[in-house]
Amino acid sequence: MSTRTFLLIAIAVAAAVFLAARLVNNDYVFFAGYTVLQFIVLATAWNILGGYTGYVNFGSAAFFALGAYVTVFFYKFHPLPIPVLMMIAGLTAGLVGLGMGYLTLRLRGTFFAIATLALAVVLQTLVVNWDYVGGSRGAYIVRPSDVPVIGPYIHYLFLLMLALVVIALGAARSIERSQLGYGFAAIRDDELAAEASGVPTLRLKLVATTLSGALMGMAGAPFPYYIGYLQPSSAFGLEYAVNAIAMPMIGGTASWVGPLIGAILLGSLQQVATVTISSAVNVLIVGLLLIGFVIIAPNGIVGLVERWRRGRDR
Amino acid sequence: MAGPLLTVTGLGKRFGGFVALDGIDLAVAAGERVGLIGPNGSGKSTLVNCICGALVNDSGTVHFDGKPVDGLLTHERTRRGMARSFQLPRPFATLMVAENLRVPLLYTVNARPGSALSPAQLDARCGELLQLVSLADKAAKLPSDLTQVEMRKLELARALAAEPKLLIADEAMAGLSQSEVDDIVALLIRLNERGVTIVLIEHIMRAVMNFSQRLVVLVSGRKIADGAPETVMRDPEVERAYLGQ
Repeated sequence: MSTRTFLLIAIAVAAAVFLAARLVNNDYVFFAGYTVLQFIVLATAWNILGGYTGYVNFGSAAFFALGAYVTVFFYKFHPLPIPVLMMIAGLTAGLVGLGMGYLTLRLRGTFFAIATLALAVVLQTLVVNWDYVGGSRGAYIVRPSDVPVIGPYIHYLFLLMLALVVIALGAARSIERSQLGYGFAAIRDDELAAEASGVPTLRLKLVATTLSGALMGMAGAPFPYYIGYLQPSSAFGLEYAVNAIAMPMIGGTASWVGPLIGAILLGSLQQVATVTISSAVNVLIVGLLLIGFVIIAPNGIVGLVERWRRGRDR
Repeated sequence: MAGPLLTVTGLGKRFGGFVALDGIDLAVAAGERVGLIGPNGSGKSTLVNCICGALVNDSGTVHFDGKPVDGLLTHERTRRGMARSFQLPRPFATLMVAENLRVPLLYTVNARPGSALSPAQLDARCGELLQLVSLADKAAKLPSDLTQVEMRKLELARALAAEPKLLIADEAMAGLSQSEVDDIVALLIRLNERGVTIVLIEHIMRAVMNFSQRLVVLVSGRKIADGAPETVMRDPEVERAYLGQ
């Protein structure tokens, strides 16, 4: 299937999802759905670096929060439409990703992971001490109640996030099938051999950190409008970093399908748990599932299905 | 004919206080088959790593194809036509055998000006290379499904996919049976006949003697002999250092 066909199908599916949600005509569906969509983008973005090149990023929350705080900054400075904010957030987070890559990509494995975690701590400290964006008190964002044509504001946010999902999945899938994808896989499998095969490893890893960071930042930009009140502890929340890792791992990191499946599954489960039990149980669910999958199906759901199919062929 | 394809001058490398290479001079002419031998720890692999750019030499220079390559990264040297296979096979484990060859094709052959391959040509080239090392029926397998000797062949095929002018084979035959060794030597000689210059690093003397037109001996980071294989093997210093007395 060509990338164009894929995008057309993805857009059709997205339109169907939006119309279905409209038919239900309950705002809760949009609020819950928005969160799941947001996690699809985060998981897909994480997977571009973590799944394709094998560099585990624990700092996803930092990129997400960066996007959110771009919005807060411009809300105070000069309000802009959200799609524009998403673009600025993507640019900012992409640049930070590039910078982080430059500083840390000489580190491998655990050391890289720790460095990304440190980045999150540094950024959070900066935001907490920056009064203009609310500091530790947080910032209020007044959400308009309606948007022309579309109607309720949450419908608009939902639609934006849906569009970002299509962009993220399209990007991930086309990387997989491109020269870039082969280069990433070579880096993941053996960096020294990749270099010896002519792969410019550092440059490719920088492409990955930039792309991954940019998508996470874009996912964060509409968040202040969604939540209405943004404080550092919620923007830099543990759940973002944990989910961004857990969802691709549970779905499968080798292809774009994995993060999608993982995010839908885990994201919906968490929404259900939030309503029926409590939101505090979410991280527990993720933790337990992650442990289970690491033991039983290290290659995620996609890996399980593939193993079953290969077993049947024999 | 122009100067040598590879010229190493006064190459030195230290690890802390340990001198791994001490003023190595080496010239390899285009089309030559050179054997590089020496006891364990004599600096053979370090020399390869310095030539290929995986390690940075402390002193001396490396010229390749008439130009200095000092300061170039490994992938840049590979693009200029220098390829290596690793002592222990390092396949791309999650890619299929044919895809393992696609990586160097995409990143070296395609990256050279005027030699971009179409998708069909890429597939064809992967097929040819697999044929060459008789792995054609394993194209859709994962490297973990291969035997030791097949893994070594894949390692060589991947180095060859970059269309090198110079191939450095670092112990491509360690741990193989006699017939497998002959297999690989025959393959290397075939490649050489197609115009690839080859430096072979090897412990298996039978393979080295069958293969090499010239023999270079390293001992404790120094080159102690360089010449026709029979002459070198009769050299008393080589006998003392390499074979013991």
